[in-house]
Amino acid sequence: MAHAAHHDEHPAGILRWLTSTNHKDIGTMYLVFALIMFFIGGTMALVIRAELWQPGLQIVEPHFFNQMTTMHALVMVFGVVMPAFTGFANWQLPMMIGAPDMALPRMNNWSFWLLPFAFTMLISTLFMQKLGGSPAGGWTLYPPLSTQGGIGTDFAILSIHMMGISSVLGAINVIATVLNMRAPGMTLMKMPLFVWTWLVTAFLLLAVMPVLAGAVTMLLTDRHFGTHFFDGAFGGDPVLFQHVFWFFGHPEVYILILPAFGVASTIIPTFARKPLFGYASMVYAVASIAFLSFIVWAHHMFTVGLPIAGELFFMYATMLIAVPTGVKVFNWIATMWKGSMTFETPMLFAIAFVFLFTIGGLSGLMLSIVPADFQYQDTYFVVAHFHYVLVSGAIFSILGGAYYWLPKWTGHMYNETLGKWHFWLTAIGFNLTFFPQHFLGLAGMPRRIPDYALQFTEFNQWSTVGAFLLGFAQLIFVYIVVKAVNGGKKATDQVWEGAEGLEWTLSSPPPFHSFTVAPKIK
Amino acid sequence: MLSAHRTPCTGTPIVIRLNSLVRLMVAVFIAVPALIGQVAHAEYAYTFPKPVTSIAENISTLHSTILIICCVIFVVVFGFMFYAIIVHRKSRGHKAAKFHDNAVLEVLWTIIPFAILVAMAIPSTATLLKMDDTSHADLTVKITGYQWKWKYEFPDQDLSYFSSLATPRAQIENKETKGEHYLLEVDNPLVLPVGKKVRFVLTGNDVIHAWWVPQLGVKKDAIPGFVNESWTRIDVPGTYRGQCAELCGKDHGFMPIVVEAKSPEDFDNWVVAQKDKAKAEAAAASSRNFTKDELMERGKKVYGSVCAACHGPNGEGVATFPKMAGSKTATGPAAAHIKTVLNGRPGTAMQAFGQQMNDLDLAAVITFERNTFGNHTGDIVQPSQVKAARK
Repeated sequence: MAHAAHHDEHPAGILRWLTSTNHKDIGTMYLVFALIMFFIGGTMALVIRAELWQPGLQIVEPHFFNQMTTMHALVMVFGVVMPAFTGFANWQLPMMIGAPDMALPRMNNWSFWLLPFAFTMLISTLFMQKLGGSPAGGWTLYPPLSTQGGIGTDFAILSIHMMGISSVLGAINVIATVLNMRAPGMTLMKMPLFVWTWLVTAFLLLAVMPVLAGAVTMLLTDRHFGTHFFDGAFGGDPVLFQHVFWFFGHPEVYILILPAFGVASTIIPTFARKPLFGYASMVYAVASIAFLSFIVWAHHMFTVGLPIAGELFFMYATMLIAVPTGVKVFNWIATMWKGSMTFETPMLFAIAFVFLFTIGGLSGLMLSIVPADFQYQDTYFVVAHFHYVLVSGAIFSILGGAYYWLPKWTGHMYNETLGKWHFWLTAIGFNLTFFPQHFLGLAGMPRRIPDYALQFTEFNQWSTVGAFLLGFAQLIFVYIVVKAVNGGKKATDQVWEGAEGLEWTLSSPPPFHSFTVAPKIK
Repeated sequence: MLSAHRTPCTGTPIVIRLNSLVRLMVAVFIAVPALIGQVAHAEYAYTFPKPVTSIAENISTLHSTILIICCVIFVVVFGFMFYAIIVHRKSRGHKAAKFHDNAVLEVLWTIIPFAILVAMAIPSTATLLKMDDTSHADLTVKITGYQWKWKYEFPDQDLSYFSSLATPRAQIENKETKGEHYLLEVDNPLVLPVGKKVRFVLTGNDVIHAWWVPQLGVKKDAIPGFVNESWTRIDVPGTYRGQCAELCGKDHGFMPIVVEAKSPEDFDNWVVAQKDKAKAEAAAASSRNFTKDELMERGKKVYGSVCAACHGPNGEGVATFPKMAGSKTATGPAAAHIKTVLNGRPGTAMQAFGQQMNDLDLAAVITFERNTFGNHTGDIVQPSQVKAARK
């Protein structure tokens, strides 16, 4: 009877994946989903960069171009970075704290399966061109422009609701797991930093995803149910949407980066063979960043006509975020300092993360200076900034984390030579794509335009070449992952000489159910 | 490049000599861009265009100062990281130390950045306060953002006109060589006097736009239903170009701004000339009936610059915007067609063009639409009919 029950827990084939309540399988599904969406969002980026190769309209009409910029962002933010980090959370959190699984395994399943349906709904709008196509008012969906949008905007709103539910349920699961299921002896200040970053991220998600849901619902009712929240003619205000949206939007970008901080804080000590420098400071820094993230939202709105007191407050608060962020950068470098470093692929991504994310952080500091921001706002300077923090920040840490944990998950070492090729082509392609965009912004090129004045040609061409290099380099990653899943040199339990933590006490791959008995924490 | 000097007494490294590092930075950050700038001044732009107002100068100085501070911090911090990467590596036999915290260091590298931020915030606050003071203006200009053009009004001079992209469609479609000011040229620029404080009041007609001219250091959102303020005082006569800076739909990239700054006398002359021109046009419009040919020729021009963006160059419609060819409005009763063009369709993007165009232009474009794209109503609409329908 026990044998039969055991079989019920392990359906085979497609039923295994559809009905899984196992954190490892669900983690895998999140990651595979994110990888597929990465190529979809990436293709949209290449359409954008192809059109921007030279002045004139060559490939797409402006309305379709706007659909591409809008959808590229929605897919990358909600379909790649968030699910990828959730995949990491699912795989790693239970193992890192010595728990058998997430606290709520069935809800975990639903959190994942919401996403393919949400994105089918969103991407289907691309095939509705006769009805206006996908939303085309920017991922920020500002009214009144988004009020003008066709049915694609409504599809996007409903799809965002589904994504939001997925995130909120995932966040509840993370908090319940981390607060309740740590092995005896693992106090909060003994948790790996990755667990801390996800705990804080989960609270941010709980706080702000409902706010996004509110904002897009108000948009929906303004569009179809006779409300006028954002219509000045009836006593409403378009800027209200911006406040509500960015109250979500700013913590959202910290949701996108805090787990990346956690991944970097895991990889660097391993390959420096030295403990993370300043663990307590790192925890406080994460908490400060999370707190500050709630009081800076209007730095996305410096040109809307805020009262001067508001502009000054948001300038000062935004500048302040540089302090805890800087503390983290210094701590990572201090971890490397006087270590005994080797430079396998995960470490290459982690080092590139620290270096390039800091460039994004410094351009963010420049953007926080309101008078200067009047020249940068809505230009390619902003585009450069957020791609530095999101691509070389979030994406590089996802890639680094994938290489770091792939041997543990699959039981096989990935091909290190190919990994290094992937890293260098990605790093070069990335910088070639986005560094010139700083100059484009300073020179006066606005964002979200399909065509541009002649003096912007050269840097746009560098950027397009870089984008194609960056995009095609990711095919190497897919090859590496598929090969590692299916074979390769057998990985040890320890995998990396300097790795510390409970997951490295398990076999590679770990058993389907790990830590059915709680481990002892020293 | 980097060398640590040790004190003679304790041998502790205390000073890192930065001379050669500074020289390298100067080369990279200043000389190289300057060289590039000499060689390709008109060809590729990489930084702010020359400021022509004191606010734009302030902004430029703030930007450069903060950029240099950021670069210095970056080079110093990552100097440490790259040193560690080169020296503290296993392949060089370096053994890992065991330390993992230092309270003094944490305090220092919290307080020092905080102090740098305060230093940055002070001049930034000063400039922002200056930018916020729109009082005691010599001239007021009302700027309204439309999809996809700008309207400029001088309330005190009783003058108003639209400013649209002048780059021919053929250049955008790569059928003709692109001109020097491709996408940055308009039919009717905003003319302003130099040396006078000009106050801008900004609003939007349909969606949020933003009015931005980099050389003036002015950017402000133009929000429907609300009025924003900004100001400028231009120091140097000349032509200054900018673009809309808030996504406003499909032609967001095609609604540039051109400011012509003239001496105060030339500005006054220009105002007088504009008013005379407007009076003459209004008189011509209501003076007589026009022939079909005159109306069709004029209507074709108006259609191309105002209507084609949404209704298609051949009346075929664009995306969700309806087609003109064979439409009920364009082939049905003329009175309904006139009313639609005058008053727009509330709740849609179809604007009330009665507020934007004179009777002659309206009559011409309606006549054109009713006799083109396969529409054969044979109707001729005269300016007087449009005028009557306005009531």
